[in-house]
Amino acid sequence: MMSNRLFKIIAINIIFIWLAVLALLPFIMVVVASFLQQGDENLFNWHLTVINYTQLINPIFLHIFWRSLVVSVITTILCLALGYPFAYILAQLSEKLRLACLFLIIIPFWTSSLIRSYAIITILKTQGLLNQLLLTLHLIHQPLHILYTQYASQVGLVYSLLPFMVLPLYATLEKFDWRLVDAARDLGANRLRAFWQIVVPISAPGIIAGVMLVLLPAMTLFYIPEILGGAKSILLGNLIKNQFLEGQNWPLGSSISIVLTFFMALLIGVYWKFNKNKKQVLI
Amino acid sequence: MNKSLSASYLAFIYVILYLPILVLIVFSFNNSMFSGLWHGATLKWYRELFHDSGLQVIAIHSLIISFLASTVATFIGLLGAVALFKYQFFGKKLLNGVVFIMIVIPDLVLGIAFLILFHALNISLGFWTLLLAHITFCIPFVVVTILSRITGTDKNLFEAAKDLGANDFIVFSKIIVPMLIPGIVAAWLLSFTLSFDDVVISTFVSGPDFQILPLYIFSQVKLGVTPELNALCSVILLLTVVMALIAQMVLKKK
Repeated sequence: MMSNRLFKIIAINIIFIWLAVLALLPFIMVVVASFLQQGDENLFNWHLTVINYTQLINPIFLHIFWRSLVVSVITTILCLALGYPFAYILAQLSEKLRLACLFLIIIPFWTSSLIRSYAIITILKTQGLLNQLLLTLHLIHQPLHILYTQYASQVGLVYSLLPFMVLPLYATLEKFDWRLVDAARDLGANRLRAFWQIVVPISAPGIIAGVMLVLLPAMTLFYIPEILGGAKSILLGNLIKNQFLEGQNWPLGSSISIVLTFFMALLIGVYWKFNKNKKQVLI
Repeated sequence: MNKSLSASYLAFIYVILYLPILVLIVFSFNNSMFSGLWHGATLKWYRELFHDSGLQVIAIHSLIISFLASTVATFIGLLGAVALFKYQFFGKKLLNGVVFIMIVIPDLVLGIAFLILFHALNISLGFWTLLLAHITFCIPFVVVTILSRITGTDKNLFEAAKDLGANDFIVFSKIIVPMLIPGIVAAWLLSFTLSFDDVVISTFVSGPDFQILPLYIFSQVKLGVTPELNALCSVILLLTVVMALIAQMVLKKK
């Protein structure tokens, strides 16, 4: 029938054309921009060059790359360490309790992480709740100056990204067949061994999905270091943002973004390797 | 594992997650401009909030953008999810790939990609660039949300309707859409909150003539904590929590 073909054409093409023009095309443009020269009058000069990449091998940039990596790896490890036991316990609760607890973890997932980062200030500031508590308990005699340091930025990242670690972990652990652990125990494995050799490998896709959802945003959520951190806590995201909005060096900003995207592709490769023949567990 | 230990661990994480938000809300009622101490309850900051006409304009901007973006994205994403489910076509893998990449790619990279695109097309930054960018970054989330509901449906229903003489337009509007209403509502709500809360992408695609709430909050946050800002954030938190609640309720209904 004519109308059926028409429906098929409309349904496929609207999304196809939209994403081709507004997603695929701009991605390609970033790649192209990263090989152009910075212009004097216009933003770009149409000369192909690799200078934006060679420029990155520079102690200042390498230092920021390295620190971003360290900060985001620490964020990821802390989120995993806090989130795994949480998801593990959550997955074993009774159905009714589980839904209520799950909802409580979904709410922070939906609420603005900008507002949640702002909320951290009220806790960490000099007259904030944390200092008042520690002073009252006589654990400290002088208020701690945590706000506007890299520690505050680190706390903010973990706080903002924890739900993104918990949800994919929970999604894999929820489907886990707990009889496998019983079987391992029957066969003589102790609890720890059953956990490491059965639960962890089976939940690997969830772990990797969680790592992906935390590691990259930890490098690129520029507003968290800007709100909570001091001048020293500039990360890769701030560097890229500054190239576009302040430094006006778009080609350099593009090349840094491409490096970041390659890093992401690498992670996705690892994810797929672990997740062969399994359904996606990403949100 | 020890039951009380498990329970206290869950409680510990929830306290970490919710304490800052609760403190923020409590201090939005505090009768003092700067203090971190409690000086009695007041609704003063909320009154000021609702009388701030500049802020009202910004809030209306945000609501308009999020409403339009989530509505258009839900429409496009719904058609796209149906297409991905029903048909085999050239470029299907590419489409799946782009949707996946857009979900995992950092917002920052999307933001600069939009900025370069709009610059190349010579579109000045403002309402339209914000709207186009927001629609685009919401579409993949709509596709994934609806696709996960659609795969559980019975394809025979579509065939039965076809045998009875319905064309694809009628199958879509009379069978697919009504069956997917929970998924569609959830996708719309998710898109609305994603758009309403977005800071990163909006930073790159908004102009000075069209301010929106997240960017206004970001600029205010840098100046420090004020009870009025706490009140504004509390109102927004309430809005998103209500949306999350509705979405969960709709999705739970079978």
